[in-house]
Amino acid sequence: MAKMLDRRTFLLTGTAATAIASFIGEAAGEDAAGESAEFKHVLEAILNGATPTETGLVLDLPEHVENGDYVPVALEVDSPMTSEDHVKAIHLLSTANPRAKVATFHFTLLSGKARVTSRMRLAHTQDVVAVAELSGGRLLVTRRKVDVRIGGCDI
Amino acid sequence: MMKKPPRIKLPETINPGAIIEIKTLATHVMETGNRKDGSGRVIPRDIIHTFTARFEGEDVFSAELNSGVAANPYIAFYMRVTGPGTLTLTWQDDGGTTTVEKVPIVTS
Repeated sequence: MAKMLDRRTFLLTGTAATAIASFIGEAAGEDAAGESAEFKHVLEAILNGATPTETGLVLDLPEHVENGDYVPVALEVDSPMTSEDHVKAIHLLSTANPRAKVATFHFTLLSGKARVTSRMRLAHTQDVVAVAELSGGRLLVTRRKVDVRIGGCDI
Repeated sequence: MMKKPPRIKLPETINPGAIIEIKTLATHVMETGNRKDGSGRVIPRDIIHTFTARFEGEDVFSAELNSGVAANPYIAFYMRVTGPGTLTLTWQDDGGTTTVEKVPIVTS
């Protein structure tokens, strides 16, 4: 459906954009909170029954983006990155893209710093979720909403 | 398949023991596998799925990428410089292409 509208039509009315966004949402099998079933499965698999801490992981994303094709993202945990206390991995998830997993970043003691920056795709306005796995098994989670003016319809 | 070699940026001067940022930019379409062509056929997924950074054979950083990573993947990460040596960066894509770049780390 989204593909049948040309760019001009798409840009003309916010109503059309909203309609498309809701259509894509339904197609991805979202619930009322806008989270896809796949996202929930992926998050559950990562958490594996553990309760994550909701502080300590910084997920830096713009609040609003014009274009969902290139969304700058930075992830960071303030960690000493020693053998006793380090970040093993950070998972980056989208709650409502066609695929929930965006990327998993693996760190080592040689990383020195648990920070990574990249660029992601967002099909439409949604929450982005990150989960960090620390040495010792502790998990950190954080969530940020990004308002996407023009979604990557073809994601 | 990358149309151009990846771009890699390191600090101009690197002191032993420093933690440096390494910026990488690969040229790749990152075709999601969710799009259709003009005749309605699904365009097969073609993405860089794995990026690794090793220094003198030791893992520094790696990433598993999926279709939600933007085209021309940009990844910037950090490395603790233990001394001079070679940083080996690899990008592997769905088409079976592995792109390898060897970056000398020269300490001052």
